[in-house]
Amino acid sequence: MTVFGPDTTGDLVAVVADAGAAGRRLDLRGGGSKRAVGAPVPDADILDMTGFSGVVDYDPAELVLTVGAGTPLAQIETLLAENGQMLAFDPFDHGPIWGAAVGAATIGGIIAAGVGGSRRLSAGGVRDHLLGFTGGSGRGEFFVAGAKVVKNVTGYDLSKLVCGSWGRLVALCEVTLKVMPCPQFVLTLALPGQSLEAAVASMSAALGSQAGVAAAAYLPGAERAEAITALRLEGFEPSVRARLAILQKLFGGEVLRDAAGGAIWERLRTLSPSGETGALWRISIPAKGCAGLVAALKPRGPYLVDWAGGLVWLNYEGPPDALRQAAEAAGGHALLLRAGEATRAVVPALHPQPQPLALLEARVRRAFDPAGVFETGRFGRIPPAN
Amino acid sequence: MPAPDLAVIARRGDIARALRAIVPGEGVIDDPDALRPYESDGLTAYRQPPMLVVLPQTTEQVARILAWCHAQGVKVVPRGSGTSLSGGALPLADAVLLGLSRLNRVLEVDYDERIVVAQPGVTNLAITRAVEERGFYYAPDPSSQIACSIGGNVAENSGGVHCLKYGLTTNNVLGVEFVTMAGEVLRIGGRSLDPAGLDLLGVIVGSEGLLGVVTEVTLRILPAPEMARALLIGFATVEGAGQCVAEVIAAGIIPAGMEMMDRPAIHAAEAFVQVGYPLDVEALLIVELDGPEAECDHLIGAVEAIARANGAVSVRASQDEAQRVAFWAGRKAAFPAVGCISPDYYCMDGTIPRRRLPEVLERMAALSAQYGLGVANVFHAGDGNLHPLILYDANQPGQLERAEAFGSDILRLCVEVGGVLTGEHGVGVEKRDLMPVMYTEVDLAHQQRVKCAFDPLLLLNPGKVFPTLHRCAELGRMHVHHGRLPFPGLPRF
Ligand SMILES: Cc1cc2nc3c(=O)[nH]c(=O)nc-3n(C[C@H](O)[C@H](O)[C@H](O)COP(=O)(O)OP(=O)(O)OC[C@H]3O[C@@H](n4cnc5c(N)ncnc54)[C@H](O)[C@@H]3O)c2cc1C
Repeated sequence: MTVFGPDTTGDLVAVVADAGAAGRRLDLRGGGSKRAVGAPVPDADILDMTGFSGVVDYDPAELVLTVGAGTPLAQIETLLAENGQMLAFDPFDHGPIWGAAVGAATIGGIIAAGVGGSRRLSAGGVRDHLLGFTGGSGRGEFFVAGAKVVKNVTGYDLSKLVCGSWGRLVALCEVTLKVMPCPQFVLTLALPGQSLEAAVASMSAALGSQAGVAAAAYLPGAERAEAITALRLEGFEPSVRARLAILQKLFGGEVLRDAAGGAIWERLRTLSPSGETGALWRISIPAKGCAGLVAALKPRGPYLVDWAGGLVWLNYEGPPDALRQAAEAAGGHALLLRAGEATRAVVPALHPQPQPLALLEARVRRAFDPAGVFETGRFGRIPPAN
Repeated sequence: MPAPDLAVIARRGDIARALRAIVPGEGVIDDPDALRPYESDGLTAYRQPPMLVVLPQTTEQVARILAWCHAQGVKVVPRGSGTSLSGGALPLADAVLLGLSRLNRVLEVDYDERIVVAQPGVTNLAITRAVEERGFYYAPDPSSQIACSIGGNVAENSGGVHCLKYGLTTNNVLGVEFVTMAGEVLRIGGRSLDPAGLDLLGVIVGSEGLLGVVTEVTLRILPAPEMARALLIGFATVEGAGQCVAEVIAAGIIPAGMEMMDRPAIHAAEAFVQVGYPLDVEALLIVELDGPEAECDHLIGAVEAIARANGAVSVRASQDEAQRVAFWAGRKAAFPAVGCISPDYYCMDGTIPRRRLPEVLERMAALSAQYGLGVANVFHAGDGNLHPLILYDANQPGQLERAEAFGSDILRLCVEVGGVLTGEHGVGVEKRDLMPVMYTEVDLAHQQRVKCAFDPLLLLNPGKVFPTLHRCAELGRMHVHHGRLPFPGLPRF
């Protein structure tokens, strides 16, 4: 195994082209915070992208930021915070999921893994904030996609395609993101003691109201802790107070400010109840199916519900197929984020797609990477063409 | 456009018969007079009657039509309501025009999940109409919303004045049912927020009918805000208006809409609707704030203060709904208003970084003098999306060509200052040949290979978006790095 660390686009495409010509495979890596996702691929060489780091262009008034894809998320968050701005899709560092410290995650990895936090519910995911990129495709060619302005429909929106592509299409060099002003005032309304089913109904009612809820999550009860349904409001203070009145009229509840409210959302950012080992699943479903799914899976350990019921984080050691079938039955799908090597070797991290869609995906992957340079097997093999 | 395939045209009768076997009754149009209404979309400078029109009523019919055309090597052009301003739905002489207007039902409304499932021929406004009694609406609101179809919105990734706060079509679509040129029916996305695999939905939205035919759309709806208020602000200089926009955003305010008009547009609009726009200003801003009353009032005050600090010469805040609507009336009627002061106008659609606005308007004025054609500007100021309306008279020889050349120069200017060729209207045939201004051959080839993954025979809406039609086999060829020694690894750890 060799580690390549190019820091110019010329070197990058040379590494990729040479790997393609030699039939070698490249496992793309940013900070490595999520390297334990997917099947182990000991034979692949590593393409370390941290050489593409640093701020390229940032004009706060344009609400646009261009950075090297290898730039640490923490560095970007600090820079934006200094200017009263943020990445509104709430990206977070996955390090703690494996017991590591935060700080390693790069923006390129956040994009490639499609990471979005609690505010994804109201502000959209990374796909809704990536405006453009440059990078090297598996063809060993450098290219540009999208642009550096917020409104653009010139050609196909390839920026969407690289979000959540897990390093299978393009080695990202430079990325341009939409940024947003930080909310001036934040508070959380906590509804204690609800069952999951009641919580999903409350969150749905809140989102159907004029309260403009920014985030909605459920933390089930545990020993000495009552279950909490949390509704987050953000904005200018008079507005947040008016919205709070709408929610309180519907639900009552307890208002949490600052640290108390922040602690709830921090648990969702660090997934702290999920421990540091054992199988951890991330299930994306229509909120309607949430309570039924959790009931069917009977998780023994803790779980977390975000996106008003649209996202479930779950420790589950039962048969993966059973979990995936339950997710499908609820209209969703499941990502195996964390598991032991033996499990990951046989259970695909990404939810398998139905046949015609899987073939289309395979053709799209081949369009960017005909020789399979980025096809390490970490996220499944391309099915044979029929 | 690609040269028509005469052998296909010669088979027109057979093709009509085969399509009638799939769509019985009135669903296949081959009478030359009846074909005429389909000969152009909203970009009327380009006209071409289609070989045939077929109007299916079910997904299954769409799939059978496409499968048959695929097997027979017959090209297909999808069409929604035909309001595209870039010629995306322009027919081809040797292609079947596939009209989706009869797939026009709202299939499901789920208020708990805040979702509408609709067929592609439903108009944009009809989505809101279907849910407004329960206090919901569909946020993206192109000015053409009474006519344009939701399928067309998906194909063009359409926007509207509310996109600044609520996003474009792509940010409000959760899933589609989609038929490939080979006739396969696929479900892409669904009702959950994240896709299971690659975000194919992301490239389908905005693909201008080149990747497949959308036969069903799942959309996110939102509760209508409690109230909306608007400010009408006049500035003596474009710079002042531009600075005001920048400071509103810097203050952390994302208005529901923030529109700018320049002097010619203000005058045309006021002459048309007479709502009391100030006529002695160089730029007019309409800023709309929505939400709970307390929020609207707070933000109206904040924006007003920013406006005054930037030299606003007139500021009016709407006091009731009728006044808010009146403030918008001129902006919403800007296109027809310009149509009244000029026999013809040509609507452009570039995006620029907002800070470059004064410079861009100045250079546009110089171009206007150079081409001897007037221009009026309406501008989605919040997101930098410019709509210059070039005034010309098609009956004067050479004016259309001059208008087009002027328009191309404006778009080149947009790209030069760091912007793009199109913010919401699409490339279509109109801006196809300008694509190399923004993208290299290699960039474009990466896009075209996505097309090849969906439609390897290039039968669906050919001649649009891409300046050169490369065969897929040719695009797929790999450039082999002969004789280059492997890059010496740079182990890092
Ligand atoms: C007066 C006026 C104002 C406008 N204002 C705006 C505005 O504010 N914002 C904005 O963004 N646009 C605006 N437009 C442009 C236009 O209305 C939009 O692009 C609209 O989305 C087109 O919808 P349509 O149904 O008319 O599509 P069509 O014009 O029929 O087709 C547009 C493209 O979509 C493809 N297509 C259509 N339906 C499907 C389908 N079901 N599956 C696959 N491909 C399909 C076609 O092949 C074509 O390439 C305006 C147009 C006019 C005439």
